[in-house]
Amino acid sequence: MSVPVPPEVPVPDTDDLICARCDVPLRMGKVQASYMGQTFPVELPVCPSCGFVYVSEDLAAGRMLKVEQALEDK
Amino acid sequence: MDSDRVRKLEARCIEEQPPACMATCPLHVDMRAILEKVKKGDFSGAFALYARMVPFPGIVGHICDHPCEATCRRQEAGGAIRIAAVERALVEESYATLRRTAQRQSKPKRVAVVGAGLAGLTAAFDLAMKGHRITVLEADAHPLERLYHDYDEDILPRSVIAAEIGALQTLGVEIRVRSRVAGGPGPLGLDTLIDDFDAVLLALGPGVARNFSSTVRLTDNGRIDIDPNSRATSHPKVFGGGFHGALGEVYSPIGSIRDGRRAAGSIDRFLQGASLTAKRDDADGEASCLYVNTAAQEAVPPVEPVDTAAGYTLEEAKAEAARCFPCHCQECVKACVFLAHYKTYPKRAVREIHNNLSIIMGNRKANRMIDSCSLCGLCETVCPTDLAMGDVCLEARREMVDSGHMPASHHDFALRDMEDSRSARAAFARHEPGRERSARVFFPGCQLTASAPGHVERVYAHLRDRLEGGVGLMVDCCGAPAHWSGRTALHTEVVDHLRQTWKEMGEPEIVTACATCLTMLRTHLSEAPVRSLWPLLAEIGWPEGTDARAAGKTLAIHDPCTGRHEREVHVAVRDLAARLGASVREISSAELTTCCGFGGLVSFANPDVANATVDARAAERPEDYLTYCAMCRDNFARRGKRSAHLLDLAFPPEDGADPAARPDPGFSGRRDNRARLKIRLLRNLWGEDMSDPESVWNVHIPDDVRADMERKLILVDEVTAVIADAETTGRKLKDRKTGHLIATLRSGPVTTWVEYENTETGALVHKAYGHRMNVEAKS
Repeated sequence: MSVPVPPEVPVPDTDDLICARCDVPLRMGKVQASYMGQTFPVELPVCPSCGFVYVSEDLAAGRMLKVEQALEDK
Repeated sequence: MDSDRVRKLEARCIEEQPPACMATCPLHVDMRAILEKVKKGDFSGAFALYARMVPFPGIVGHICDHPCEATCRRQEAGGAIRIAAVERALVEESYATLRRTAQRQSKPKRVAVVGAGLAGLTAAFDLAMKGHRITVLEADAHPLERLYHDYDEDILPRSVIAAEIGALQTLGVEIRVRSRVAGGPGPLGLDTLIDDFDAVLLALGPGVARNFSSTVRLTDNGRIDIDPNSRATSHPKVFGGGFHGALGEVYSPIGSIRDGRRAAGSIDRFLQGASLTAKRDDADGEASCLYVNTAAQEAVPPVEPVDTAAGYTLEEAKAEAARCFPCHCQECVKACVFLAHYKTYPKRAVREIHNNLSIIMGNRKANRMIDSCSLCGLCETVCPTDLAMGDVCLEARREMVDSGHMPASHHDFALRDMEDSRSARAAFARHEPGRERSARVFFPGCQLTASAPGHVERVYAHLRDRLEGGVGLMVDCCGAPAHWSGRTALHTEVVDHLRQTWKEMGEPEIVTACATCLTMLRTHLSEAPVRSLWPLLAEIGWPEGTDARAAGKTLAIHDPCTGRHEREVHVAVRDLAARLGASVREISSAELTTCCGFGGLVSFANPDVANATVDARAAERPEDYLTYCAMCRDNFARRGKRSAHLLDLAFPPEDGADPAARPDPGFSGRRDNRARLKIRLLRNLWGEDMSDPESVWNVHIPDDVRADMERKLILVDEVTAVIADAETTGRKLKDRKTGHLIATLRSGPVTTWVEYENTETGALVHKAYGHRMNVEAKS
């Protein structure tokens, strides 16, 4: 039996990311993450001009998922 | 789920019942655990368990009359385990390791034990271990005199008796021999003992005891009148032990030890001022009700020792112990990937679920477990007491939903998919074209329409062709996802809507192609006549020209779990396959079929369990599988098992493609198929035009990215919406190194991210992922 394997796409390096609309590089900035009525202050790459927050796949599938699940099981 | 109901459910699971050997043993020695250790060569561990229950392991290991062997379930498969012979090898190997330390009592009591037989010395041992001061008075010249007469040296070496007596004395037990206790007052009179000691045990051995009649009540045959359970006599300080109960009692060394132990238990209670009878757990066990499937065991004869007189060598003892199954029920665990995954069994799982529901503060660790049961009903089918874990899990899910503790992520995607299948994009109901009435209505179910819409069109055409009275079409969802996820209110809403549609159609007979729809509609829309498509097809036959379309094909048939008890359907389906010329093999009997991983929405709440379930089923037979549930077929296909729907055999692809190689359409494909089927049917059969919502955005998703999206439950529509938003608003990131664009969009409870690049032919997607947490820059 063959089961498909996920594609391997390298995770972008935050230093290489620029906000396409504002044409400025992202910088680490204060961000509010919220789920199920709980809010946490976190530092994430943000466009200093328009506030576009970048969430990498590693973060989404890693720490963020863990927190989501922990909150759901409270 | 109140605690009373939990207790009743727990009681239904017999897995924790003792094995027959332990239930029969007067000392309740856990031979199953001991044999497990012997099997592994852990003799010291096995001996420690043995000596925990047996006061004189050296003696008992040589002479036990082993009532356990008479009830050993191995006798149904080759012969009872020779437990006594294994015990002998065990004690001969490990007796030297025996170490015992008595408890310390701040105020030890003094107990006189009259009679140094096995009963008396067992009581002396048990009470000495509790820290009391024990004096044993024996009329004969030796303690355990009887053993010298009854057993030869080669059966019970005298050195063993001496070692046991020595060990007892080391515990502080004083043994006075040639001390015959008489009735009444006097230096060795019973009344004097009663005065001098805190309690007295008369462990006299056989015979009448008229000497003591002035102090304790006797039976008609002149023996001391002893309560068989508490071993109390008519005098509160005097207890009776040993072999002087009813007439006709057969001597049993282990029985004597049991009597002594029970008397010691009562004396200890008496010394503490406690009840002699409340909450005693040393009563003679009833026969064990532990179910053991001995028929599934191969017969293996007992190990014969090479040297009969010397008994088993250690290797022989290990080999004999290895014949112990060991006795467990676990019928459901053997059949269920979910229970095996959580390394649990119903009694334990029910308790965990109850605890999970009762948590006020803290983590609800069993949430995912509760949502990992496929509700397939196999456990109750194989359970000797019909305990249904599916019912327990479903009830728990409803409570979680009602109390607001159901994790949203577990069923969110499945419920949104249900919403789509019920929406105007996919669902509709019509009378047969050109008719105003429907005697019947075809209800294909949301999965056949999603998996193989062409089959729905062909079957519907065939039904219209062969059946009188008008055959309407009702494309809708039966509400199973709402039911399975514990959303009672939503499920009621779905059923109410179905009832309304059915009434508007003139209350026709519903003919469904889906086993789940059949069960759901029969149960929840009980006023409607509902039947399965397959027996009806067997009656009216396949369309002309389909004969022998599957000639030469050999398939193994997988019945859907939701239809495991639908015998009429099982017969019809096999008959229909045979008429197509297919040769069909059984995987298991239809009643013992397993879930494909979709049931109970497991594939959403716990993909690992769902995949393990479908993989286990797929591995059972090498042939291509034949199914008649679209979801089962697609799940097998998704995991790489070649499988064909019964309708794939009747209506194979016109391009000659291999029907068993049809890929799983995936969630996006399923939604497209449903929507396109509605457009096509309305246009072709009823002349109604529905606008075809073609996307203006050209989005290319390579196969590997698409498969990854399936795994992450991300739809093509969602990815397209992210790109459309980014390209319209300009809100996107650019990776300077790769030139890739990264965009995001929050839609409902989920944020979707897409990494893509714009090419001449449209957006090429490299990756998509999502999260539920909301993130915003602090302003």
